[in-house]
Amino acid sequence: MSTPLLTFTVDRAFGPVAEGEAVVSGEGFSPRYDLDRWTGVITKPGHPLEGVNIRDKILFFPTAKGGIAAGWAFYDIKVKGIAPKALVFGVTNPVMVQGAVFANLTITEGWPCDLRECIKTGDTVRVTPAAKTIELLARK
Amino acid sequence: MELTAEEQAMVDGALGVPVQRAIELQIEVGRFYDAKRFVPVTNVHMMGDIEVMGDGGLEHLRCLAEQHARCVVNITTNARCFDFAHVDSLKQDQREAEKELQLIGYLKRMNVMTTDTCINYQTLYQPHLGEHVAWGDTGTVIWANSVCGARSNFESGPAAMAAAMTQRVPEYGFHLDCHRKGTFVVDVQAELDDLAEWGALAKLVGESHQSYFAVPVFTGINRAPSADELKHLGASLASYGSMAMFHMVGFTPEAPTLEAALGGNRPVETMTIGNADIERVFASYRNPSGSCNFVVFSGPQLSLFEMKYLAGLFDGRKVCGGTTVFATTNNGVLSAARKLGYARQLEDAGVTILEGVCVYILQNLTQMRAANGWTNMISNSAKIVNTITAHKFNTILRRTRDCVDIACTGAFR
Repeated sequence: MSTPLLTFTVDRAFGPVAEGEAVVSGEGFSPRYDLDRWTGVITKPGHPLEGVNIRDKILFFPTAKGGIAAGWAFYDIKVKGIAPKALVFGVTNPVMVQGAVFANLTITEGWPCDLRECIKTGDTVRVTPAAKTIELLARK
Repeated sequence: MELTAEEQAMVDGALGVPVQRAIELQIEVGRFYDAKRFVPVTNVHMMGDIEVMGDGGLEHLRCLAEQHARCVVNITTNARCFDFAHVDSLKQDQREAEKELQLIGYLKRMNVMTTDTCINYQTLYQPHLGEHVAWGDTGTVIWANSVCGARSNFESGPAAMAAAMTQRVPEYGFHLDCHRKGTFVVDVQAELDDLAEWGALAKLVGESHQSYFAVPVFTGINRAPSADELKHLGASLASYGSMAMFHMVGFTPEAPTLEAALGGNRPVETMTIGNADIERVFASYRNPSGSCNFVVFSGPQLSLFEMKYLAGLFDGRKVCGGTTVFATTNNGVLSAARKLGYARQLEDAGVTILEGVCVYILQNLTQMRAANGWTNMISNSAKIVNTITAHKFNTILRRTRDCVDIACTGAFR
């Protein structure tokens, strides 16, 4: 197992261990408002991640937006094979958590600092819910 | 979590596999939020349509129905993605419509009342102070917590179904006193007349304080707001801020005074909103193409009072050629609007009334937008100008009267 460059502890976490490429957003997220749920591409005009495909990524969002749709949507995109590996929220809401649990998708909430300053898109990270840790494994 | 003997029996499978799976889901969510126990619920409202759940969700429902899953609490459904009378005219996918019918069949087999409305609180059920419910969509939840003083978290479709099968929810979030207190103050110095202005106020507050556990306390409101005004305020706060509760001093049940609303919390901020701030919201929308051929009154569905007001504004006028105007409501409101003549007035003007749906969740909306050349969506709902964006609309918020004028003249204002 790789030795982490940095380790962060989060407040709450669920799901299996996830390791992969980070995608870091300055704006919050809703699968209904922002995501084309047939392609996995963020399509909301003006979203900082507009045009980015979330498939197999570890997504960092400061907040959750809306919306009740995530409860079904995460399961739907997982069945379609376009789900991310994990969602790392600064602040989330219960729908995201319910949806992630329903889809068995890794989710965490609560950042010890502004992770957008520490982890950049393209970095390799590992999320370990049982330990409530986010590890930076490699810089882009 | 502490489990009662009945809850342990559910976990052990004594009440069948669907109940076992339901309570397992609830326990995981409860653990995430450090819930100590379950609380019983008396009413459930769920979102479930093919646009949001896809084939995976449909298969999940089929399995549940085949396992004889049964909801034991009254459970109603939110707006869905098809008005079956308009599938052909909207050029929606017939195969998806058939799936939606299958889905409705599964829900009915599980004792779900397919009411297809996002304004259950105006037309179906009004929970009382302190009553625990399990509601989604978000606009219904913020209404329950704020206006009724009832207690609900955002409950997604699968979570709401789980609650209806187990008759309970994990006790966290807005079921607990500690999260229901105001966290910041919004002093309203603006004159708010139109529904769009209430939505604009909420956009300013929600967008700048995005957090499920942020609870704004509104002060300075100088007249009793109508139910529809509170509806647009709440729906927009939930949309922009992901918020589930607000207080309005003097008007909502847990806010007889500012002190009571804050409940001992020291507000992290006091923001003031004036008329100029509201005007800046309207001025912030751009119309680079100049197109205004799609006007929407939806999100949330319209009450009977909104239907009456809108019918009056459209009375004797005609929607501009090439322009589409949608108004959405539920079966109960539409029935009354037909009896009272409002629906006829709207349809005579060229407005398309859709029943049981909301525009932003219509199946095939992205393709519909492209096929009809809708680049902009103009609406008096601050919520829908936010929620529809994944379909690549440029959205524009306007006051109700301006929306009607735009629809009838084709001139942007």
